[in-house]
Amino acid sequence: MITLADQFLVLVLLINFVALGTSRLIFSIRAVAVQGVILGILPALIHPFSWHLVGIIAMILITKGVVIPLLLNRAVRTAEIKREVEPFLGYVATLLLGAVFTALSFGFAGKLPMLPEHQNYMFVPASMATLMTGFLILTTRRKAISQVLGYLVLENGIFIFGLLLAEAMPIMVEAGALLDLLVGTFVMGIVINHISREFSSLDTSRLTSLKEE
Amino acid sequence: MLAALIILPLLGAVITWLIPSDRLRPFALSAFACGHLGITLRLLIATPPPSAGGWFNLDALGKIVLLSTSVLFFFCAIYSIGYLAYRLERSNRILCTGLLICLSAASMVTITHHLGLLWVALETTTISMTPLIYFNRNARSIEATWKYLLICSVGVALALIGLYFLAYSTIVARVEPSLLLDDLIRDAGKLSSGWVHAAFVFLLVGFGSKMGLAPLHTWKPDAYGESPGLVGAMLAGGLVNLAFLSLLRVYQLCLATREITFFQNALVVMGLISMLFAAIFMARQADFKRMLAYSSVEHVGIMAVALGLGGKAIFGALFHILANGLTKGVLFLSSGNIHRSYNSKSTDQVRGALRRLPWSGGLFLAGFIAITGSPPFAPFISEFTVVSSAFIQGRAVVGALFLVSLGIIFIGMALTVLPMVMGEAPANSETTSYRDTIWTVGPPLCLLLLVFLLGVWIPEPLMTLLRDGAALLEAHP
Repeated sequence: MITLADQFLVLVLLINFVALGTSRLIFSIRAVAVQGVILGILPALIHPFSWHLVGIIAMILITKGVVIPLLLNRAVRTAEIKREVEPFLGYVATLLLGAVFTALSFGFAGKLPMLPEHQNYMFVPASMATLMTGFLILTTRRKAISQVLGYLVLENGIFIFGLLLAEAMPIMVEAGALLDLLVGTFVMGIVINHISREFSSLDTSRLTSLKEE
Repeated sequence: MLAALIILPLLGAVITWLIPSDRLRPFALSAFACGHLGITLRLLIATPPPSAGGWFNLDALGKIVLLSTSVLFFFCAIYSIGYLAYRLERSNRILCTGLLICLSAASMVTITHHLGLLWVALETTTISMTPLIYFNRNARSIEATWKYLLICSVGVALALIGLYFLAYSTIVARVEPSLLLDDLIRDAGKLSSGWVHAAFVFLLVGFGSKMGLAPLHTWKPDAYGESPGLVGAMLAGGLVNLAFLSLLRVYQLCLATREITFFQNALVVMGLISMLFAAIFMARQADFKRMLAYSSVEHVGIMAVALGLGGKAIFGALFHILANGLTKGVLFLSSGNIHRSYNSKSTDQVRGALRRLPWSGGLFLAGFIAITGSPPFAPFISEFTVVSSAFIQGRAVVGALFLVSLGIIFIGMALTVLPMVMGEAPANSETTSYRDTIWTVGPPLCLLLLVFLLGVWIPEPLMTLLRDGAALLEAHP
């Protein structure tokens, strides 16, 4: 089962690059949704069956696979924007940076001591790479939707690391942390809809009236 | 009793949500704030023992932050009765409910010793404050809300990965996996040092951005500038202290590992950078609420430097939690009144506040004198403790930079505040129906009296509390 989990993680890494390289917002929303669904399935592969596990998986699949994509899709439709235009940093540059960060994550993970049973798997590098990708999307894109997608990817990175800890973290806290991140995304979705009403666009580079001279 | 601290505000949130009248809601808010303050004071006198399993433990550090948050919240709630009467053009349902949810989560941060639960509660305070910053429903406030939400959420998410690293370090060390502070401190010597080091970096960045330490402070001027004075007071006097408490927890853990020197140096550097940033942007600030935000950046800097210096300065850091929190309340509440009266935050428009609003203008002036560290107010004591401790420890460069920034900030702030309160109102300035009343002036006045009282005399129980807190943050060889 663990090798299957590793292959899923490779898929997650590939989706990182899809999210970095595409300018069509609908497409990146779908890609991030697929990433969320894959992460929802992962715990089922590495942990033994329990009802608490089923609950968490159902929660992840519903929110990451259905609710959040729907919310973002609606924002895209009401604002009538299709593409991310003129990001602060070009697509080729971000893709290259993404590749560098992924390589660095493997280096970082190699330096840290691991449990023997986790030694050969890619949880730590995949988690760090996804985290950095999210950060990269957050900082280089102009549209509020892209920034939320960046936050989602970042959150996915944290989630991958959390898989290593399922035994150490009590259920309450794990579910609480997950819920908080999801509520955060949800609130962002609502704020986005307010932005599009206020500015009739989702371009955060228009949010400049508060700049320091 | 501990549970009541959490449940009472939550119950209040439900009830205020159900009340249909915008006029009645602030009264309910005040009633629950009063109840919360009552429970807090009782808990301070008769502290319950730690809960089974050690998840909930109200120690001296938690008590200090709980006390300052609860007192500030109480006066803000009373103030809301007068203030929201002038804001009946829009519903205050979300505002009152959000404040109470935030109070509940804030109490949770102060009483828990489980770092995971602490994280959940801290993130809840961030999210519950978001709609409150958007109270004014305009383009500027949505921009501020967006920045606040995004930067704080990312920051707190980084803190979460820091916590995960910490948890993994216990697994690698083959000790009982746990995120309970007391377990972690007990096993600190055995934890895997690579993971612990990485964890501290992420935790510092995460909680630092929530607290608003430079260079992670960019959301602060916008959020404080655009939110109502009442919310600004809770952000600058309440949430900042919660983030600082989280850093204190990390600090406690650092003391037990060998990472403390690294962490202390990072805190001193970030603190000094914050103070210098504040000094630069404070001068010639055209918006007085943004000026207060930079003052907040300065004061989190002071707390970080104090914590980084260690020794006697720790006492200053803990006392500053109270001093800064309460003084920020005076400043934000009185600036809210001035904003109402002139319908402007621009220092070109707002002149001669002392003549138009003798009480609010006077309070704002007194608040300025207090926050810049002039005797006989409380911030003087904490700042003096930090400076003297820096020189006693032989860290003259830190002490000198600290003093220079304080001096520049005093001048910069005076250049903005003095024309605002003195001088003549411009002929074309707007007048609104706002008049100083006992409801809008009383709460900041009481806060100012408290700040003054703490500046001249620290009651014995509080002194014991501060000493106990400082003892938790001293190295045990």
